[in-house]
Amino acid sequence: MSATENADGGGGTVAYIQHHLTNLHTGEGFWTINWDTIIISILLGGVIMWMASKVKNNLESGTPGGFQNFVEMILEFVQTQVKDSFPGHNPLIAPLALTVFLWVWLMNFMDLIPVDLLPTLAAGLGIPYLKVVPTTDLNTALAMALVVFLLTVYYNIKIKGPMGYLKMFLFHPFGKAAVPANMVMTTIEELAKPLSLGLRLFGNMFAGELVFLLIALLTLGATISAGLLIWFPLQVVLDLAWLIFHILVITLQAFIFMVLTIVYLGMAHTEDH
Amino acid sequence: MSITITLIAQVLAFTILIWLVNKHLWGPLSAVLEERQKKIADGLAASEKGLQEQEQAEVRAKEVVDEAKKKAADIIAQAQARSSQVIAESKGKAAEEAEQLIAGAKAEIDQEVNRAKDGLRKQVSDLAVAGASKIVGKEIDANAHKKALKDLIAQI
Repeated sequence: MSATENADGGGGTVAYIQHHLTNLHTGEGFWTINWDTIIISILLGGVIMWMASKVKNNLESGTPGGFQNFVEMILEFVQTQVKDSFPGHNPLIAPLALTVFLWVWLMNFMDLIPVDLLPTLAAGLGIPYLKVVPTTDLNTALAMALVVFLLTVYYNIKIKGPMGYLKMFLFHPFGKAAVPANMVMTTIEELAKPLSLGLRLFGNMFAGELVFLLIALLTLGATISAGLLIWFPLQVVLDLAWLIFHILVITLQAFIFMVLTIVYLGMAHTEDH
Repeated sequence: MSITITLIAQVLAFTILIWLVNKHLWGPLSAVLEERQKKIADGLAASEKGLQEQEQAEVRAKEVVDEAKKKAADIIAQAQARSSQVIAESKGKAAEEAEQLIAGAKAEIDQEVNRAKDGLRKQVSDLAVAGASKIVGKEIDANAHKKALKDLIAQI
């Protein structure tokens, strides 16, 4: 995954894709820090907070203006989702769901920026690598899934009690007759939840990014020729089609992540499955 | 593409962002939404109450108007009764006064007649004396024939 490997491997195409899939990082092994992932995701968090401060500074309870309306619309959308799929009351769930939705959406949105634009600009500034979509970094997706998982465990223990949580592992799918099988099944089930949650987002975004790269490859390094007359319009059409489709995908992925977060936490709040 | 320390950093970033969103976006905005909901609910309740009050007021107004109409009718009836009474009274008074006036006038006329009669009688007696003295040729003392004159006068 380092720069030297890229130079050794394959032709220009492989090098191009590998370059795009390499984070701006320091450190080795577990101690690798993907600076682009961290900085861009924090900047996008900053966008959310900027939005928050803009709304907060001129809050209007009577007749809100355009921007507040927009934010209220998102907020009420999230609230409806929480109301529909979350039993009981927990003041943390709705803000959590809102954060997930906004942050994931913004991070996914980075995918819609032309794939070569920001990395090229960064290269001009002397930054060798830049992977602009934080959700195409497994670390981001799994980090969020991990937070959700920890919250799930916390609320499971809080609501059901430690013994209740343990009982769920011992007796859950097949009853008292098959305790060992129950333990294996429930453990797999509980671990599969956060894992699938994170991997789903990562997989979708990574694949989307890859398709953008493949479309970009159509005319990569092309010279002025008759072939370009075919490839260039095809690239434009494909790019546009994938872009429009991707607007749906990024929103859908953000929505799915949010709804599953609510549902998993809701399951933790239910006494009996 | 492996799990690294970046994951921990993202966990921290996510946690802090949740906290910030809760404090600065969700909190104030949902408070405003609740306030608006309350306002709308209050407004609806107030309008409902207003409608009820209006209905009550209409009923009350109708009662007041009916009462006023009844009173007005009573007053008119009273006034009519009073006016006919006044008319009757004044008619009676006028008749009485007219009778009095007529009686007074009659009495005066009688008086005048009597006075005129008296004057005439006196003149008759004077004429009688004057005539008699001319016939007799000498002065007749009126006093001497007072009694006879008086009888004469009484006869006229």
